[in-house]
Amino acid sequence: MMEKERRFQFPLAKETPSRFRNALSKYRIAISKACNNCGACIDLCPYGVYKAGSKRPRSVDQHYCIGPSCEKNEFFCVSRCPTNAISLMPNPSFEVLGDRRWPAELLASTWHMAETGKIPHQPMNYKTGDSGGGFDKLRICYRNGHAIPRDEISTALQLNRSGDTRPKVTVPVPFYLGGMSFGSVSIVSMLSRVRAATALGTFCCTGEGGYPDELKPYDDHIITQVATGLFGVREETIQRVRIVEFKYAQGAKPGLGGHLLGDKVTPRVAKMREAVAGSALFSPFPFHSVYSVEDHKKHVDWIKEMNPRALVSVKVSTPTDVDMVAVGSFYAGAHIIQLDGSYGGTGAAPDIAKKNIAMPIEYAVPRVHKFLKEEGIRDKITVIASGGVRSAYDAAKAIALGADGVCLGTADMVALECLRCHHCESGRGCARGIATTDQELTNLMDLEWGTQRIINMYLAWRGQLLGILSRLGMRSVTELVGRTDVLVHLDYMKGDIEGELD
Amino acid sequence: MPSKYHIPSAPVANRFKAIIRSGVIAWDEGCLKCAKCVKKECVYKVYDKRSLDGKQMLDSLDSVCQDCFRCVQGCPNKLIHKGMNPAYKALGDEYWTPDILSNIWYQAETGRIPVSGAGYGGPFSGPGFDAMWTDMSEIVRPTRDGIHGREYISTLVDLGRKVKFLEFNSQGELRSPTPPLVEIPVPVIFDLLPWSPPRRRIIEAFLQAAATLATFALVPLSEWTPDFEAYINNTTLYVDRPWDATCDRLIDGLVDRLRLIEIPDAPDVMQLVSRIKEKKETLVVAIRMPFSRAAGERAAELTEQGVEVIHLVADEFGREQGEYPLFIKDRMKEVHLSLVEKGARDQVTLIAGGGIAMAEHMAKLIICGADAVTCDIPLLVAMECRVCRRCKEGIACPVELSEMDPQWGSMRIRNLMAGWHNQLLEILGAMGIREVRRLRGEMGRAMFQEDLEKEFASLGKGAGA
Repeated sequence: MMEKERRFQFPLAKETPSRFRNALSKYRIAISKACNNCGACIDLCPYGVYKAGSKRPRSVDQHYCIGPSCEKNEFFCVSRCPTNAISLMPNPSFEVLGDRRWPAELLASTWHMAETGKIPHQPMNYKTGDSGGGFDKLRICYRNGHAIPRDEISTALQLNRSGDTRPKVTVPVPFYLGGMSFGSVSIVSMLSRVRAATALGTFCCTGEGGYPDELKPYDDHIITQVATGLFGVREETIQRVRIVEFKYAQGAKPGLGGHLLGDKVTPRVAKMREAVAGSALFSPFPFHSVYSVEDHKKHVDWIKEMNPRALVSVKVSTPTDVDMVAVGSFYAGAHIIQLDGSYGGTGAAPDIAKKNIAMPIEYAVPRVHKFLKEEGIRDKITVIASGGVRSAYDAAKAIALGADGVCLGTADMVALECLRCHHCESGRGCARGIATTDQELTNLMDLEWGTQRIINMYLAWRGQLLGILSRLGMRSVTELVGRTDVLVHLDYMKGDIEGELD
Repeated sequence: MPSKYHIPSAPVANRFKAIIRSGVIAWDEGCLKCAKCVKKECVYKVYDKRSLDGKQMLDSLDSVCQDCFRCVQGCPNKLIHKGMNPAYKALGDEYWTPDILSNIWYQAETGRIPVSGAGYGGPFSGPGFDAMWTDMSEIVRPTRDGIHGREYISTLVDLGRKVKFLEFNSQGELRSPTPPLVEIPVPVIFDLLPWSPPRRRIIEAFLQAAATLATFALVPLSEWTPDFEAYINNTTLYVDRPWDATCDRLIDGLVDRLRLIEIPDAPDVMQLVSRIKEKKETLVVAIRMPFSRAAGERAAELTEQGVEVIHLVADEFGREQGEYPLFIKDRMKEVHLSLVEKGARDQVTLIAGGGIAMAEHMAKLIICGADAVTCDIPLLVAMECRVCRRCKEGIACPVELSEMDPQWGSMRIRNLMAGWHNQLLEILGAMGIREVRRLRGEMGRAMFQEDLEKEFASLGKGAGA
């Protein structure tokens, strides 16, 4: 596995700046009329905030500015400006951005990673949000003094652990990209994700909205979803891919079917889903062909029969008996069980469902991991955590809690410059051209740009994962699975913690 | 099954512009007068539709803007910004947060449940109801054609005493007593208000809405006026004064159509119950008592003495009386379980309220053991109340609640309740439960943070622990 991964060539990060004229920044720089356009600030700033202008320099990349913390530096432009023309202040718009799960700093950090492929140099928290619990209260604790060289560490994940005769599919990163349907997002967003997944050697799920022809060149990196509405599901699409996913439920709206409001059902979306343009689409809940675990097994068998090389993944939400659900899925023949926690993403869902139904992923993963271990089947199934994984640190914590890998969605949207205004569902959809089917809005995004932004972000994530594993003294991400002993929960911290918290 | 319950709703306009989270800050100075100004390209046409409300000095920009930031990011001279609205942050208090108030306003105005894109953005958990999640079922659904389909989910509850079993004589005739029951099609009753500006019109709005929904609104005897008689069928009279001849006279005049009456708990409360029962056997009597450490024991006592309905109340923040107060959900669980243990839970109806601010609170309190809940402040908020509590100080209400049209108010409340009803259906549907009566006390179908956190409690024990 290591050999194979070493042969895998990760793509290179490429500078991919914001599609909009002004990137959103934490600080705002103003240059007053006192400026004599000497250009000192342009030469001083190592972060490249300024560009030359005809009357005075322009702070074109003020999102690179490190703010007042720069004061101690020799190159601090505010104090070095000969005419005292530069003032630095917090950007009021920044305060309006984001929410408790994705605070402005986490959004801006993710944008920075998507732009540069690197972690932010600005003083911004790129590791956690501000939700006050779960991942945001967990810290990784480094106790081991021996750092492993990064190039000796494997981040690869084996997806078929069942021991059956189906292919051993390995991905070089411990994650793949979750289902977002054509219709909920634009074709450009969808293709950007699929192409990024291909470049990174992993997978991207189609979601429940059909399999657009544009995806065909990437068949080997696509997971096609079979969900309760069976929108766009055909034998032929099942046979194209290496992984087929059953979506029983979705973390953001557990126990509710999918939901696409009428405005987003354009003629093309309708055709793909064999529905009527302009009328809202609700997937039923649950599968009307599955009312027992035996029915579920028939479902899995049906897919296996139709595509003899496919691995089967089962995506479920996190009810009280999530551990039993996982065991049931295993005995029905699933290779992968994806647990989608209650704080996951969606194109549209009732707020009451997002907040209240089913448990957060941080609780579900250790429970399932433990239960599968007790049943003696933990090594036979791949556990994927999703629903609220926002950063490389969340991913590492989810794995330490007991998942083999994670599945992402919202992070991709943020890489494409989503700012979580929560208006994906209404009217023409996303005003920023990400989650929309409106042609004019779709055109706001270029495919190359979108692909590279997502690649950049995940390259930065992989770098962070390597850093974490290295400091933990682990040679493979598989060593991290279930290692709750490397985690510390800030609320329950007692006594002297040996080691460094991160 | 009884006929399907549905609350029709329709948009009911605001009287005042709602206070919203953020505003647009746009300067004219320095404007380059671009031929293709970003303001003209606004997806939501915020700038085209711009208007100013002179009376309230509110710019429509702020309320129409959907925070896409395209103008902020597009203006070449960076002249457009967004800023937090300080008035929004100052709304309500720690419990009645700005987000809760705007959630209620939205439902009352539109008659729709809040739906949005992207995942949940709030805190991981919180105190009170936010430390609890409800269950879902992967493969079981209560109905075959959806929660709004032909096979519907019932939200009906009945209030009153229930017998444990039926007795028949040798002729097969029923010998057990059959205590009177009143049915409400949705498990919410409108409670007394902790504060409000002068409320004649407010009470009328409550009563009208209660009549529309076929539920009840509590009206204190001291505030009863003959004008309200039209709504007597949906009134729960609350005896808020020592019982005397005037009370007798008043009740005698109304007793024909009165179905539910509530009296405060007192050591000799059973005497008053019998006195009222003498007037009409089928009048259901509820006893109001505060949530407190003693609530479980007292509820058991009253149940044993044959009480029909107990109405437990917490304060407006969901706290019980006494030192180190428990939150309503935690005491509710205890009261419910203590009655279950005594084998008496099904004989009595427990109504509970105080701090019920959102639809999910209703569902969660029922899971903790209430048969039905009571709601107070949200009804005011539906009529645009900002929970500034100035009325408590005798200062004029900023949204002139005393002067609003009761008809308008009742339609706003109806909209809110339509939203709550639909959200209750979502919760029940996700759990695979077909009747709200079966949700009561189903604590095994909920997840409590104190239990879930056990997984984490061992993480982080250092050497010295």
